[in-house]
Amino acid sequence: MSMINYASREINCKLVYYGPGLGGKTTNLEYVFNKVAPGARGKLISLATETERTLFFDFLPVDLGTIRGFKTRFHLYTVPGQVYYNASRKLILKGVDGVVFVADSQVERMEANIEAMQNLYDNMAQHGYNLTTIPFVIQYNKRDLPNAATVKELQAALNPGWPVDDPARQRPTPDPYHEGEFLVEQVDGQWIERATHFEAVAMNGDGVFDTLKAVSKLVLKTLGS
Amino acid sequence: MSAGASSWSFHEEDSHRIHAILGEFLREANARSGLIVDRTGQMVAMVGEAPEFDPTAFASLTAADFSANDQLARMIGEPEFGSLFHQGEKESMYLADVARRVILVVLFDNRTTLGLVKLRVKTAVHQLNQVFLDMFNRSGTTQPQVETGFVGDAEDELDKLFGA
Repeated sequence: MSMINYASREINCKLVYYGPGLGGKTTNLEYVFNKVAPGARGKLISLATETERTLFFDFLPVDLGTIRGFKTRFHLYTVPGQVYYNASRKLILKGVDGVVFVADSQVERMEANIEAMQNLYDNMAQHGYNLTTIPFVIQYNKRDLPNAATVKELQAALNPGWPVDDPARQRPTPDPYHEGEFLVEQVDGQWIERATHFEAVAMNGDGVFDTLKAVSKLVLKTLGS
Repeated sequence: MSAGASSWSFHEEDSHRIHAILGEFLREANARSGLIVDRTGQMVAMVGEAPEFDPTAFASLTAADFSANDQLARMIGEPEFGSLFHQGEKESMYLADVARRVILVVLFDNRTTLGLVKLRVKTAVHQLNQVFLDMFNRSGTTQPQVETGFVGDAEDELDKLFGA
């Protein structure tokens, strides 16, 4: 968690939307910007190229209001999806409190998804952060397209799980968002944990708020623990 | 706790020290405002004339600006650019690194000169370095926490704002 400002009584949390180019990261922010009451959000700032590709980042502050005397705010950032902007991608991760990986469900984009996921792990590690211990949610976007891979295929490729070594955490943990599924479970004798995932069609808003709410709640939990 | 961001907290007494340092600096340099922005893009403190722009957006852009220039410095073989200067026709800004974790932004206009700002800012940065180092050392030992009940209340607000 980044900073509690007791002087101005503010808590700010930084959420970063990561993922391959043209996957829908900016679309997520634009939807939030358009749907949240103007009083509860700031300006949407986009540092984009002339063709509307994100060059540096998009930024949108969302206000939760004053909670127990603290003005609580989420800062939403996207990173550029294109690989050659990796330097700026890395900069945006500085001080991140929660990550949303926006995957493009189209079969043709599977390789780009995997590459972006690997790049996310690498860039987090370079900051000294560990993706498996910070709030992390995956969104499978563009579910409406006919060439979308199945969620099972996407999960296998992008969210196979990481080992759970702490014996105290080695117990089946139901996924609150998917009945009958588990976030922590034993697979082939090994305990693994996966990130929560959501299906989305960001263009029309499906799944956008579910994703944002889930990652926000995970971040809030880290404030209280 | 989150293994992501490095945590620190900012208290009333920190704010008083910063206001005192920046207040004196602004008077001596005849500058308009002094802002402290942390490198993750959050506004920490504002002293002097209240700016008319959106401070939240300003803070995120300042952090990005400084970080991008940091990388540029490394590319040309410098460990960092300790300060940056953006000159406008009437309004200008001077940015200086403080303790490698926060950025001091000085906003000034034609009532002063870059030379005077640069001259006076050195002392202010030196004093601010000490304040922030004290703050980070303190934060290193304790994890700042919110009061009980905060998380539950915040979750309720989330449901209200984003739909239950």
